Amino acid sequence: MNEIIESVKNLSIGFNSQKGKQISILRNVSTNIKKGETVGIVGESGSGKSTLALAMMGYIKQGLFPLKGECLFKSEDLLKMSSRQLEKIRGRKIAMIPQNAGQALTPNLKIGYQIDEALKLHTDLNKTERDKKISELLNKVRLPSPETMAFRYPHELSGGQQQRVAVAMALAGKPDLLLLDEPTTGLDVTTQAHVLELLRFIAKDTGTSMIYVSHDLGAIAQVSDRIVVMYAGEIVLEGPARKILKEPIHPYTYGLLKSIPKLSLAGLPASMPGSQPQPGSINEGCSFYDRCNLATDNCKKNSPDLEHIKELDTNVRCFNYKELINQNNNLQTSITKKSNNSEANEVLKLKDVSISYAKQKFFDQLLNKISDQNPTVKDININIKKGETIALVGESGSGKSTILKSIAGLLKTKDGQIKFENDRILSSDLKMRNPNDLRAIQLIFQNPDESLNPNHTVEQILSQPLKLYFNLSGEELKKNIIDLLKKVRLGEFYMSRYPRQLSGGEKQRVAVARAFAAKPDIILCDEVTSALDVSVQAAVLNLLQQLKEDLGTTYVFVSHDLAVVRAISDRVAVLYQGRLCEIGPSQNVYKFPSHPYTEVLLGAVLEPDPDIKPKLVAEDIVEEKPPEKGCSFQGRCPRKIGDICNSEVPPWQIGENGNAIRCHINIEELASLQQ
Amino acid sequence: MLLLILKRIGLGLITLFIVSLITFVGVEVLPGDACTTYLEREAYGAALDACIKRLGLDVPAYERYLDWASNVVRGDFGYSLSGEMPINEVLGPRVKNSLVLASVSILIGIPLAIVLGIITALWRDKLPDIMISTITIFSMTIPEFISATLLILIVAIWLGWLPGIVIIPSDATFYELLSNIILPVVAISMIMTAHMARMVRSSVIQVMASDYVQMAILKGVPYWKMVFRHVLPNALLPAINVVALTIAWLLGGVVVTEVVFNYPGLGRLVIESISNRDLPVVQALAIILASIYVGINLIADLMTLMLNPRLKSLQIRK
Repeated sequence: MNEIIESVKNLSIGFNSQKGKQISILRNVSTNIKKGETVGIVGESGSGKSTLALAMMGYIKQGLFPLKGECLFKSEDLLKMSSRQLEKIRGRKIAMIPQNAGQALTPNLKIGYQIDEALKLHTDLNKTERDKKISELLNKVRLPSPETMAFRYPHELSGGQQQRVAVAMALAGKPDLLLLDEPTTGLDVTTQAHVLELLRFIAKDTGTSMIYVSHDLGAIAQVSDRIVVMYAGEIVLEGPARKILKEPIHPYTYGLLKSIPKLSLAGLPASMPGSQPQPGSINEGCSFYDRCNLATDNCKKNSPDLEHIKELDTNVRCFNYKELINQNNNLQTSITKKSNNSEANEVLKLKDVSISYAKQKFFDQLLNKISDQNPTVKDININIKKGETIALVGESGSGKSTILKSIAGLLKTKDGQIKFENDRILSSDLKMRNPNDLRAIQLIFQNPDESLNPNHTVEQILSQPLKLYFNLSGEELKKNIIDLLKKVRLGEFYMSRYPRQLSGGEKQRVAVARAFAAKPDIILCDEVTSALDVSVQAAVLNLLQQLKEDLGTTYVFVSHDLAVVRAISDRVAVLYQGRLCEIGPSQNVYKFPSHPYTEVLLGAVLEPDPDIKPKLVAEDIVEEKPPEKGCSFQGRCPRKIGDICNSEVPPWQIGENGNAIRCHINIEELASLQQ
Repeated sequence: MLLLILKRIGLGLITLFIVSLITFVGVEVLPGDACTTYLEREAYGAALDACIKRLGLDVPAYERYLDWASNVVRGDFGYSLSGEMPINEVLGPRVKNSLVLASVSILIGIPLAIVLGIITALWRDKLPDIMISTITIFSMTIPEFISATLLILIVAIWLGWLPGIVIIPSDATFYELLSNIILPVVAISMIMTAHMARMVRSSVIQVMASDYVQMAILKGVPYWKMVFRHVLPNALLPAINVVALTIAWLLGGVVVTEVVFNYPGLGRLVIESISNRDLPVVQALAIILASIYVGINLIADLMTLMLNPRLKSLQIRK
C-alpha cells in the first residue's frame, strides 16, 4: 500500500513570453502517488492542475516546456524519455480519461475500433480474444447492450455513454495509474453521480491508483483519499481528504470551501475578493497575498514554503495557518438574504405556454396547421412577482433555457401567452414588441466570452443600451457608465478595456452592468455562473443579490446547479422534458415531500463532504423526446406506480408548505415514502 | 440515402434548366441576332430573310427554346454559325483536350498538394514547412499569365527542351498531346497545388490540435499510426469540396493558360465563340460547363456524406 508509483520532484513548467522572459505555469511542484491510492488535484482554472496531470504522463502541451524537476514513474523520468519509450508506458502503465469524451474520441472511428486499438497496442490477445475483451470492458463500464455498442460511432452516444467508453478504453491496457482530467465536468448532475460511482467501483475492483483532477470539490470529495490543492501553479495544501475538506488550514482552501453553495444552507455563500494572479505576475511574496484576510507584511515580502505538519499529516504553504486551526465551525455558515415581499404584484405571467422546435412542413404552413402535437415545452404556468427571484431548474433538455428565450422574445411560442405588467400580452415576436417592453426585459448569457463583442471597449459595450433606451450622450453618458461600473464593483479605468483584457468574473460583471444599464424590470439569467470558478461564482451571486435588494429587480434564474439555485432563489420551478414537475418556495422544494424527479436531482448533488454520498435512485438514461402522453418523468421514475403514469397527465397537488407537485402519488403518501 | 441522391440529382437538373433559360433569354435580349451577326453588313433584304428562315428565327422564342432544349436533351446542340458544322463536332475534340489537360494536372497536382500539405503541417514551423510554404505562397501570388510566360521563356526558349506553344490540330491523338502539354500542366499545377496544399495544411494543423489527437497520443498510439488513422481521415474530409471545385475549374477551361500556350481546349473555345458572336456555341458551352459544375459538386457532396459517419447517420435517422 505504501509503494510509491509516481513521484513528481521540484517540477516547474513554463513558456517563453513574447518579450523573451521565462514564465512558469507550474512552480516547484513535488508530490507522490502511492499504489492503490486516489489523489484529488483541485484548483481553479489557471492553477496549473491539468498541466501537472499531463506532465505525469510525460506529456507537455505545445508551447510549454519543463524548466526543472522530474516526473519519476517507477523511478524513471518520464520527461527524459523518447516518444518510443513513452508509447510503451502511455495506455499500458498510465492511462488517461479525458475531460470531454465527446471530443476526445476520434469521430471517424467506431467505438469498438478505438478500444481494440488500445488492446492491440498493449496486450498480446488475438482477434477473437480481443473481441471478447471489448464486450467485457463495455459491460464493465455498464453500457447498455455492449455487443452492439462496439459498432457505433462516438456521436451516436450520449455524453455519459461517451465518458464510459473513455473509461473502458483507459482500462483496456490494465494500467497501474489512471489519470482523470475533469472526467465529469459538463455532464448532467445525475449522469455525473453515476460516472463517479463507476469510477469508485473501478478503483476498488482493480486496485488502480488514480489521479483525479477537478475544479469541483464536490466530485473530489467523493473519490479521493488524499487531496492536493493548487493555486497559481503551486501546491498550497496537501493532506488526507477528510482533513482538507473538514479542517482546511490554508486560507485559500478555507475561502474556496466557504464559497461553494451548499444544499443544506439557505442564503448566499461567502465570496473571496479578487481573482487568481496571471502567470508571470508574481515576483515576490505569497501568491495568495492579495486575496488573503490573514496576510501580514511578511507575506508580501517572503513566499512561504510548503511546511509539513506532522500531527495533521498535512503540508501547508502559509505563515499563518495556525489561526485557521479549530476555526471550522464557520464553514457551515452563509450570508442571509432579504426575502422579497410576498404581497407584491405579479409582474410576469406565463399562461399555458408551449414552445416547439419542430419545423412546420411546407403544406402545413400553407394550411396554417400546427403539426407538432408533442412540443418541446408544454403547459407552462408560472406567475412571477415583482422583486422575486424565481429559478428554473433541470438537466440539459429540460427546456429551461427555451422558456427563457421565449420570454425574451427570441423564440416564438406555439401556444399560450406571456403577460407583462397588468396582464398586457407580450407578442411572442420580438419585432412586434414596443421599445419600452424590450428595455424592461434584459438577458444575461452564460458565457460572457461570447456575449461581449471582442472589438468593443467596456465603455462602448455599456453605452449601447444607454444610447438606445435613454438617448444619453456626452458627459451624462459617461457619468452613467461610471455609475454602472461602480454598481458592479469595477473601477472607472475599466472603461477603456477590451473584454480580452478582463478575467472571467470581470467579464460577467460587465455583462451584468450591461443588463442593468437598461434599468430593466426583469432580468433573465441563463446559467450566468456556470462558466465561472467557484470563488468568482460566489462573488457574482452576491452582486446579483445586492443589486436586486437595491433596485427591486425581478430575476428569472436558469441553472442546472441545485445548490446555486438554493442560494439565490426565492422560488424554484423544477422542469423535466419541458414540463413542470414541481414549483414552490425554495425552502420547501428542498424539503420532502418532493416530486420524484426533484428527489432524484437532490440525491445526485455532490457536496464537498466525504460523509455525504450521493443517492442514485434513477438511471441516467437520456430521453430524446418527451413522452406523448402521461407523466413526463414516466421513463425514469423510481416511484412509478403503473399504467396511470403512462396514460394520464398527473394532477397538481399542493403540499402543506405551499409547494405544488405534479404526481399521481398522493402527496401524504409521497411524504411517508421519502422519509 | 437513395432518396437523398435522387433529391440532389433533381436539384441539379433544376439548376441546369434555369441556366439554360438564362442563357437563352440572355441571347434573345441582346440587340441583333445570329443572322445579323453572321451576315454583318449584308444583313438586309433577301439575304437576311433567307438566313432567318434557314435558322428558324421566324418562329416565336418559346417554341425555339423548346425545340432547342429537346434537342439538347437528346444530345444535339445544333449548328455552329462560324464553322457551319454540327456543334457536337466542334465541341468533341475540345472536350477531349480539356479532359486530357485537366486529368493530367489532377493526377499530378492533387496527390502532390495533399503530400505537401501534410508535410508542412506535421513539420510546422520547421525547415520543411518554411521552405515549402515559401514556395507555395510564391507560386500562389504570381498570376498564371506571368508564370506561364516565364516557363516558355526559360524552358522553351533558353533551354529549348520543350515546344513553347502547342501547335497541334484539335483532333490530335492522346500521345501527340502528351508531349505538348507538359508546360501547360506545370503552369496550372503550380497555382492549383499551392492553393490546395495551404488548405490541407491548415486543416491538418487544426485536427492535430484536437482533443482526440491528444487522446490518441496519451493512449500510446505510435506517431505515424496516429497520423494515418486519427488525423488524416478527419483532416482530408473538408478537402473533398475544394478538390471538386478545382476539378470543375480545370474542366471548365483554364482560359488564360490555354490562350498563352495556344492550347485548343474548352476555355479558348469560350473566348473564340464569344468574340465571333457564335451564339449557338456559347449556349452549348454554358450548358456543358454548368453540367460539369453541378455534376462534380454532386459527386463531392455525396462523397462527403458517405465518408463522414456523422452526416451519414444523421441522414439515415431522418
